[in-house]
Amino acid sequence: MTTYLLKGVSLLGRDRTDLLLADGRITDASTAGAEVIDADGLVALPGLVDLHTHLREPGREDAETVESGSRAAALGGYTAVCAMANTEPVADTAGVVEQVWRLGRAAGLVDVQPVGAVTVGLGGEQLAELGAMAGSAARVRIFSDDGHCVADPRVMRRALEYVKAFDGVIAQHAEEPRLTVGAQMHEGSVSVRLGLAGWPAVAEEAIVARDALLAGHVGARLHVCHVSTAGSVEILRWAKRSGVRVTAEVTPHHLLLTDASAESYDPVFKVNPPLRTAEDIAALRAALADGTIDAVATDHAPHAVEDKECEWDYARPGMLGLETALSIVYQNGGLDWDQIAERMSRTPARIAGLADHGRDPVPGAPANLTLVDPQARWRVDPTALASGSRNTPYAGMALPGRVVHTFLRGEPTVFEGKATR
Amino acid sequence: MAQPTAAPHKVIIAGPDLARVVDRIAHQILERTGGARDAVLLGIPTRGVPLARRLATRIHAFEDFEVPVGALDITLYRDDLRLRGARAVGPTQLPPGGVDGRSVILVDDVLFSGRTVRAALDALGDIGRPRLVQLAVLVDRGHRELPIRADYVGKNIPTALREMVRVLLVETDGTDEVRLEPAPMGGQS
Amino acid sequence: MIRHLLSAADLDAGTATEVLDTAARMDEAIADREVKKLPTLRGRTVVNLFYEDSTRTRISFEAAAKRLSADVINFSAKGSSVSKGESLKDTALTLQAMGADAVVIRHPASGAPYQLAGWVNGSVLNAGDGTHEHPTQALLDAYTMRSRLGRVDGLSVAIVGDVLHSRVARSNVLLLSALGAKVTLVGPPTLLPLGIEDALASGTEVRYDLDEVLPGVDVVMMLRVQRERMEDAYFPSAREYTRRYGLDGARLRALPEHAIVMHPGPMNRGMEISPEVADSPRSTIVEQVANGVSVRMAVLYLLLGGAK
Ligand SMILES: [Zn+2]
Repeated sequence: MTTYLLKGVSLLGRDRTDLLLADGRITDASTAGAEVIDADGLVALPGLVDLHTHLREPGREDAETVESGSRAAALGGYTAVCAMANTEPVADTAGVVEQVWRLGRAAGLVDVQPVGAVTVGLGGEQLAELGAMAGSAARVRIFSDDGHCVADPRVMRRALEYVKAFDGVIAQHAEEPRLTVGAQMHEGSVSVRLGLAGWPAVAEEAIVARDALLAGHVGARLHVCHVSTAGSVEILRWAKRSGVRVTAEVTPHHLLLTDASAESYDPVFKVNPPLRTAEDIAALRAALADGTIDAVATDHAPHAVEDKECEWDYARPGMLGLETALSIVYQNGGLDWDQIAERMSRTPARIAGLADHGRDPVPGAPANLTLVDPQARWRVDPTALASGSRNTPYAGMALPGRVVHTFLRGEPTVFEGKATR
Repeated sequence: MAQPTAAPHKVIIAGPDLARVVDRIAHQILERTGGARDAVLLGIPTRGVPLARRLATRIHAFEDFEVPVGALDITLYRDDLRLRGARAVGPTQLPPGGVDGRSVILVDDVLFSGRTVRAALDALGDIGRPRLVQLAVLVDRGHRELPIRADYVGKNIPTALREMVRVLLVETDGTDEVRLEPAPMGGQS
Repeated sequence: MIRHLLSAADLDAGTATEVLDTAARMDEAIADREVKKLPTLRGRTVVNLFYEDSTRTRISFEAAAKRLSADVINFSAKGSSVSKGESLKDTALTLQAMGADAVVIRHPASGAPYQLAGWVNGSVLNAGDGTHEHPTQALLDAYTMRSRLGRVDGLSVAIVGDVLHSRVARSNVLLLSALGAKVTLVGPPTLLPLGIEDALASGTEVRYDLDEVLPGVDVVMMLRVQRERMEDAYFPSAREYTRRYGLDGARLRALPEHAIVMHPGPMNRGMEISPEVADSPRSTIVEQVANGVSVRMAVLYLLLGGAK
């Protein structure tokens, strides 16, 4: 194994130091024989951890594979991603989650931590074999029907209770389906004008409130996916104050883009939950800063061209996120580097139960880290992204902060801005 | 609508002379149509319409006889839509008796390439079947692109292509005058 | 002039007036003539691309294009569920290759004309997209108001019924407001989108009681209400809907003397409008159809005549 000496890094944006990477860890042993990397002024962060990634494999390898998604993740500064269960077949058995986990190992660019489905086939009715997935080689701890809401309150209650046995967490895609039949975008003045069926904020908030009450009642862990409204933030604030074991994530796009983007009718801006208003963005940014929202998660959702170059109503919801998340948060999150590390690495690693991730790059820690040039600006070119898809909403934007190197267990997965494999 | 401009120009016909030119055309029409008994004057918008009305007024003054007057817009019959784009469509108003079997006298301010008259003949053909069609113009500035000539010409004005003839009438422009000006981009049409 | 007509919001007061004036001139030009045809668009190709069955709208556009001597190609992408074959983009590329000068599109998905406009060089005319807009319907409605009442500016117009699902309502609110009319939307709250007072044009009013509104309007425009909306709990029953929001003889008599009754068609007689009202001389429903051709001629002329 090569030993690397990173010279002059700015640890979490603060003091300059050298980092020695040997045997998969950060050490303070002798630097003799180490390969020296000039990292002067690069910000060293613990490798980012994404709680919410759609890798599409198995089933939609034309949109993304575990390998292409892993490469996109590494280029975005990630060392671990949680792969959502809405694949074809659905990741609702030990077999499928182990397959995804192995594909991740084989790709070797990030640790791919499979998320297991809550219900069989995401059908919302019968619990999947949660224990079997937890006990599999993939060691599943997060369960989610993401893409669908676990809408039936009785099923949700049971799921929350059941996963307590192995310290699991239910990650809920909060969307009351009866309030979002045919919904296409945020319900508000823009949807009225565009004649697109509205997705009201209350459809999210009703589920967040219900689930917080359920989690409190049964003493279980709840994680709320992609919080998108100011109202949800208020409910979370109340729930946390009341002692409910609830965590929440927000996506980079919900921190930046509004429903006005839909005026182009370009389905690249169609996403679920939908882009909301400027007031929601302000509330989400404040909640991220004060910890009401615990983590940033990408909801990276690659889609094949034909699923996006079509009528808005027929387009699939979702946008790419892995390669742009850090820049978007750096630009718009109002966070310093230490807070970014907290929201994009340490906390998500803790929620996902990934002990080797989310640890600051100091001697003794696993060498999972990323180095960012805070001065660099880069222009988003959809054709230049490593993802198998092109559906980024940031095409053409110049973003600050570029990932220069990423290390997974002491080996570079990204070196000088390029994936190593 | 063309406004009187401050562009350098030469006055070819001044106010009172214009009235005399109209009188002369009115007399010629009476002569050559045997008293204009079956005549219909159709002005081509914009300035052909007031000219046609003036001719009718003068004929009435000379002969105490009402010649029916109408307007025939040719915008929708132009062949230069691709070249010059859509223009405001002018009014078309046929006199109650229509044009069938009548002597139609088309009236326009300036005769140039002949394309406007060609369009007017096409429009007329769609409207009815006149016994005969004649053309009266205030100014003939030459440069014909089609085998078309006027039956009544107020004044022949030899011009260069880089020039344009602008007719101003009290009814549309507040003053009577014919000017020779430098042509704008794209030339006169 | 603009290149595409995708939304009534593309038309400011000046441009809208230009369209209405042109339509009036065109009416005049072919009135009382045997040859109802003008050579204006000879050699131009207009494609009617219809993803929804709407014989009346298609025929209106077809008549308009043919009266201007354009070549008309009817491209019916029928088979309701977007006949899972060719994508809109592929169809657009085909039309582009055929050299369509204008594409008239009717589509069940809101915004489809916007996407089409990005894929073809010709002009795109929105002939109704989903629950978004139907700008030429608004133009013909304004034209009808102008010819019956002499003006649009200052009129008080009530639009009654299923505004939520109505592309006609959206286009009319935009256009009529731009032309200086005051628009009041009337219907059960379930069928009036939240926040519509400010979403389209300032000054739009929302009312729930039809009988309070009728005595003060110059125009009442009834929207088609589909019985199926009942199943989605928008209102309890057709009978109750008709009782509260249907225009019958008694309500007709509550209107001012001069007021007119409009309907974009097709009507649900007995639902939102009684046969007595539909057939009354104050109803403009038949005129609206004739005016549709004139207005669409004007739009085609002005869009295709946009100087290159
Ligand atoms: Zn989701």
